Amino acid sequence: MTDPVMPQAAATQDDSHEHISTVGSSVLIWIILLVCTGLTAAVAFVDLGPANTIVALTIATFKAILVVLFFMHVKYTHEKLTGLVIASAIFFLLILLALSMADYTTRLWR
Amino acid sequence: MATNQAAIIEHEHDPALLHHFATKEQQKNSASLGMWLFLAQEIMFFGGMFCAYLVYRYKYVGDFGSASGRLNIWYGAINTGVLLCSSLTVVLSVRAAQLNKRKALTGWLILTIILGCVFLGIKGVEYHDKWVNHEVPGPSFSYEGTVPGHPDIPVDPHHAEIYFSLYFAMTGMHALHMIVGVGLFSMLAWWAWRGKYNSNYYTPIENAGLYWHFVDIVWIYLFPLLYLIDRNKLLKL
Repeated sequence: MTDPVMPQAAATQDDSHEHISTVGSSVLIWIILLVCTGLTAAVAFVDLGPANTIVALTIATFKAILVVLFFMHVKYTHEKLTGLVIASAIFFLLILLALSMADYTTRLWR
Repeated sequence: MATNQAAIIEHEHDPALLHHFATKEQQKNSASLGMWLFLAQEIMFFGGMFCAYLVYRYKYVGDFGSASGRLNIWYGAINTGVLLCSSLTVVLSVRAAQLNKRKALTGWLILTIILGCVFLGIKGVEYHDKWVNHEVPGPSFSYEGTVPGHPDIPVDPHHAEIYFSLYFAMTGMHALHMIVGVGLFSMLAWWAWRGKYNSNYYTPIENAGLYWHFVDIVWIYLFPLLYLIDRNKLLKL
């Protein structure tokens, strides 16, 4: 921004507001996702007690975050509304899951 | 100043810009926001099924573990890989559109369609296995097994049937989304070949891509939740 030589280039880039992902970074994310898939399948055969499910869901969430940030270009978007929509969707999903489970897990409490 | 005027004149004559939008960027952001809102309600749609799964799994832990063991982990893992590959081809197709590469764009879209069909094919083989093994809920359903880690506790076949009902509902709904996606990309590939998309206008490619990645994310959760319950205990038996 403060570079006096670059204003024109910056202006043209700003005009398009688009991020073109490089082949290298996309392939890197893809490889990480494949490794995580292998990892989650392998870890399922190791006895971690109740932590098995937690580990599986943590890896799945990590993969989902990678897909949203890099493949769906959310990391590079300038649009704040996109983040708001995603955050509120997750928030309402958590309300659905948390309140339902708060009901079902406590029904036998006396 | 001169470049500004040139930009304004270009915008006025741009056939890709609909008249009710001020700029192309505004038009693109509106379409993108609409797509994200659609995906938000898709999260609620699949969320209902995930919630039902959570409630029943909590209630019938052992039965679900046993029934989950009947799934072939290889089909699930390979299908996850196929979907991740198709997500990469979608990313590369958006990139090709941004760089005005018409043939590359069409090629990546067709590869995405092929990978989507491979996924559906493997899913079909899997469904056929379930049918042959009487694991499809309904009159022909029959199930005998014991709770993982407890060889003396038999599994209630009704609870196993609930597991398979959820399995077919969730993977079936996911497969339906895949079919819609394949249809979507077939149309896009045809139009891309005809030269409809370029760096100026590729919103449909990008939004179909968002949809495809979302369907991929649903599978990323379905795979561990449906295929990987109590695998370590099943191994010991």
